[in-house]
Amino acid sequence: MGALAELAGDEKNGEGSRTFVFTNEGHTLGNALKTIIARYPEVDFCGYTIPHPTEQKLHFRIQSRRDRAIDILKRGLEDLEGLCDHTIVTFEKEMAEFNAMKVENT
Amino acid sequence: MATKTRKEPLLYMEEYRVKQDPQDYGLADDVFSIQAFKEKLHIKIKRRGRPGVRSDWRVSRHCKCLRRMMLSDVPSMAIEKVYIYNNTSIIQDEVLAHRMGLLPLRADPRLFAYRTEESTEAGTEQDTLEFELKVKCSRRRDAGKDQSNFDDIYKNHKVYSGHLKWLPKGKQAQIYSESAVNCIHDDILIAQLRPGHELDLRLVAVKGLGRDHAKFSPVATATYRLLPLIKLNREVTGKDAYLLQNCFSPGVIGIDENETAYVKDARYDTCSRNVYRYPQLNDAVTLARIRDHYIFSVESVGALKPDVIFLEAVKVLKRKCRALIDEIEAE
Repeated sequence: MGALAELAGDEKNGEGSRTFVFTNEGHTLGNALKTIIARYPEVDFCGYTIPHPTEQKLHFRIQSRRDRAIDILKRGLEDLEGLCDHTIVTFEKEMAEFNAMKVENT
Repeated sequence: MATKTRKEPLLYMEEYRVKQDPQDYGLADDVFSIQAFKEKLHIKIKRRGRPGVRSDWRVSRHCKCLRRMMLSDVPSMAIEKVYIYNNTSIIQDEVLAHRMGLLPLRADPRLFAYRTEESTEAGTEQDTLEFELKVKCSRRRDAGKDQSNFDDIYKNHKVYSGHLKWLPKGKQAQIYSESAVNCIHDDILIAQLRPGHELDLRLVAVKGLGRDHAKFSPVATATYRLLPLIKLNREVTGKDAYLLQNCFSPGVIGIDENETAYVKDARYDTCSRNVYRYPQLNDAVTLARIRDHYIFSVESVGALKPDVIFLEAVKVLKRKCRALIDEIEAE
């Protein structure tokens, strides 16, 4: 726990702009999340950086003029989770079909 | 340039550059919706050999993410600690220990727990597997003087991974069998000995992640590539047809009874673009890749099946998201 923090310095820019710091995360989560959040119409900017390669830290920036950044982040994570769920279902279905076909052929 | 006949977004591979389709705006302008994703995602498993799985995907920009998850975030068991009681062979202790660490173990990591900070050095039956390796090399008594083959003169002069002996901890012997936890291949050469050399090791295997050390990675490799698309713009016959066939990977271009080339299966092409070397063939083909069709290939080390590794990877990603959502909600 405590994997998520906020970078200071955004207080006067309203709730829409934030840089979140993920500890023990990297490009794996950063890039996946960025591709989702960057494609929300209400998001003006979304990007991530890993400030130092030996530090296990991911800086994730969201800028929006409409919604709170934290809500957008949450939505992004929920969408990514939904995406995983759907991938699991699709893959399991296909795997079952593939195995059934294999049994038929042998 | 070929006109767009399919709905698939194409990336054209020209002689010196990669060109996007003029109709294709890329991903940037697509608004994300999970519904659209669900409609577009198709997974098709094409081939499953003993160690590998190949599957086809439509869409999913998360191939990269999933690939990385499989490499570094799906756990597996590997030897982490090597206690060397005796090593009189010429291979140094630290080199030997490293070699032992890289041995792939068959134990199913899902049945074990991670070691925590509080864990004792010895470990428990839930998080530790123990092995021993005791080999002593000796001269064969019955060997004649004229024999020069080491196998005939020495006993145990080659130490293989098959020499590993599992030492069940606690109730482990009732739950697992030796063949369910030991090394996947029993013919991995660990060291070579000479008469009088001796190895006496105790090995401790724990569960870990590939991000910590590559030995914990459950896959030998996991890769993806885009599906190639080859189109013949004009008829290619005779000698040129055979030349064309040689420009591509085997099985990609076929030649029919009229000695006319046709695209048999573009899937196997490596996209070498060799065809552009020949001026007479330069204009005959359009090479492209389908931007949202991924061919994923997963090659398991052997502990878990490739399809299981893939599912585990997705589940780990899902759990990660859930943990972060919970943290946001708790604030």
